[in-house]
Amino acid sequence: MRHIISILLENESGALSRVAGLFSARAYNIESLTVAPTDDSTLSRMTIVTSGTDDIIEQINKQLNKLIDVVKLHDLTEDAHIERELMLIKVQAVGEARDEVKRLVEIFRGHIIDVTDTTYTIEITGNGEKLDAFVEALSTITILEVVRSGLLGISRGDRVLG
Amino acid sequence: MELTGAEIIIECLKAEDVEYVFGYPGGAVLHIYDAFYKQDDVKHILVRHEQGATHAADGYARSTGKPGVVLVTSGPGATNAVTGIATAYMDSIPMIVITGQVPKALIGNDAFQEVDSVGITRPIVKHNFLIKDVKDIAKVFKQAFFVATTGRPGPVVIDIPKDITANKVDFKYPEDIKMRSYNPTFKGHPGQIKRAVDIILAAERPMIYTGGGVILGNGSEQLRKFTRKLGYPITQTLMGLGAFPASDKQSLGMLGMHGTYEANMGMHNCDVLIAIGARFDDRVTGNLEKFCPDATIIHVDVDPASISKNVRVDVPIVGEVAQVLNEFNQALEQTEQTPNAAALEKWWQQINEWRSQDCLKYNRESETIKPQFVLEKMFEVTKGSAIVTSDVGQHQMFAAQYYGFDEPRRWINSGGLGTMGFGLPAAMGAQFAHPEDLVMCVTGESSIQMCIQELATCTQYALPLKIINLNNGYMGMVRQWQEFFYDKRYSNSHMNVQPDFTKLAESYGHIGIRVEKPADVVPALEESIAQKDRLVFLDFITDQEENVYPMIPAGAGLNEMILV
Repeated sequence: MRHIISILLENESGALSRVAGLFSARAYNIESLTVAPTDDSTLSRMTIVTSGTDDIIEQINKQLNKLIDVVKLHDLTEDAHIERELMLIKVQAVGEARDEVKRLVEIFRGHIIDVTDTTYTIEITGNGEKLDAFVEALSTITILEVVRSGLLGISRGDRVLG
Repeated sequence: MELTGAEIIIECLKAEDVEYVFGYPGGAVLHIYDAFYKQDDVKHILVRHEQGATHAADGYARSTGKPGVVLVTSGPGATNAVTGIATAYMDSIPMIVITGQVPKALIGNDAFQEVDSVGITRPIVKHNFLIKDVKDIAKVFKQAFFVATTGRPGPVVIDIPKDITANKVDFKYPEDIKMRSYNPTFKGHPGQIKRAVDIILAAERPMIYTGGGVILGNGSEQLRKFTRKLGYPITQTLMGLGAFPASDKQSLGMLGMHGTYEANMGMHNCDVLIAIGARFDDRVTGNLEKFCPDATIIHVDVDPASISKNVRVDVPIVGEVAQVLNEFNQALEQTEQTPNAAALEKWWQQINEWRSQDCLKYNRESETIKPQFVLEKMFEVTKGSAIVTSDVGQHQMFAAQYYGFDEPRRWINSGGLGTMGFGLPAAMGAQFAHPEDLVMCVTGESSIQMCIQELATCTQYALPLKIINLNNGYMGMVRQWQEFFYDKRYSNSHMNVQPDFTKLAESYGHIGIRVEKPADVVPALEESIAQKDRLVFLDFITDQEENVYPMIPAGAGLNEMILV
């Protein structure tokens, strides 16, 4: 099953490689991994999307907790949470496609953030499924480039990791 | 007062009461070596290869419980230390490894003797540090010792660029340390402890299964009290031997791949398994699907990640072994409930029936020297008092089976990683820590050659080790597997080209004795021990095709042993 693990870790060189190294050394999956410093510059917040049986997920959580640089972690999928991903996508936009793409971007509540005579660059956020659906909807359009941020997650309600 | 980085390192080691540093100099650590030269408080032991330094520090740590300290240079110094660091990591041994690094400005430039030591060692350390400022040295050392020695212990690497060891700063060693991201659990959960005690007392066919964690956590005394109070059978892993006395009638010996029949059958048939400081290693469990099919499992361990990793546990208790055993013992004293005596008597009858198989029997009348015979006689001659280190292979299993350990920290071997070459340098470390004790290294002609250069270190520091070389001319365990599972195709396991070990020992200034007949075994052992101040290398020419029994083949359950 898919799990989203949110981690607060020391913002130190090498901390990211400890986490990534753990996943490869123990043959765990990483679907996506995002990391950046938080409002407290000594801490980074990492979101890992992984999958595995309950036993494997339990081990992933325990092994992550064992890393000295990991301050706190929480499996967001245990309760209500919000997922968001950012996608930047560059498509060919000539002739009829120019209007068609614009309509689709509106429907999916994205933004066109860069325009040339022949291309649009679109920004769109949402959960992974929404972004997949948008790419699907562009099936008749020529996609030139796709950049996805990987998933970010946060708990609903007053629960905080910190 | 302002000190250089190198001087600060010495001060940190002094503050941590470090007696010995095992090391080998090189370009990146010259400032540190200069600082060593100017003081006598911390003694530096010069080994002949960095692998030897790590194993020696490891042997020191295992025999004392204090962290072993290693100092090596950058590049090849660090890579040579890797095997020893991994060895310590797999067996959770507290160790501090200081690696020199090229000057900060050159890092990443493919400089002379540069490797990414932090990157290379990352998967085999509990934690590692790259120091980037002389101001950080004291704090990092304090953290490193704290991390290495608390919770589940392990090696910590500190990588220090050369320029930082020359820079100056005011030195002050932190008095205590708090790390927001590292808070090992010490005390077991009271509710879980109560639950466990109820299950323990209700058991009809109980089994206590303990591992290296009891030794690492100094829980031997508490374990003895617990086991004797209950009167339950106990089996110990390769790493746990000595925590409970082998000579006690409640001890069923070692379990696992080469464990005793009674221990493995007891495991397979028990209804309550009390696992303490053990990690359900594959060499212990055999086929997981067939493991302890009827048992309710209680598991005490300081490392939460060890619990339910391989075997699903019914009552997990995270905490320090000695602490949790104390709680168990208190609960047992306070409760009016007692173990089920009738069921226990029946259980012991069954166990004694298994015991009567005498699974460790071998041909004592053999014309050639049997390796088991050497170990048995070694036990008798030393009255079980020696600190015994071993290398890896058949001799290691024979030592574990035939040399009964009654005390913890007397049996020192590489169980997790299985590092050939470990025995001799580990024995050096143990001898430095225990100068008055008899330290013996049980090895084989193949293992001993992997770190044989350390014989020179033994000469330099007059270490009176006794080396028990069980020379069967084969990598014995490899040969055994090839005999059983590869139709006796002895591919590259025949060690038919060997040095003359007696002459080799003599060339280093030691005594070498070759022993070919069973009748000469005891006199040779006695002679070696009589040489109190000399290293004696005993080269026993043993039966070439002896096998280690019992044996559980890969994929089989604990009840599916091959007996003699």
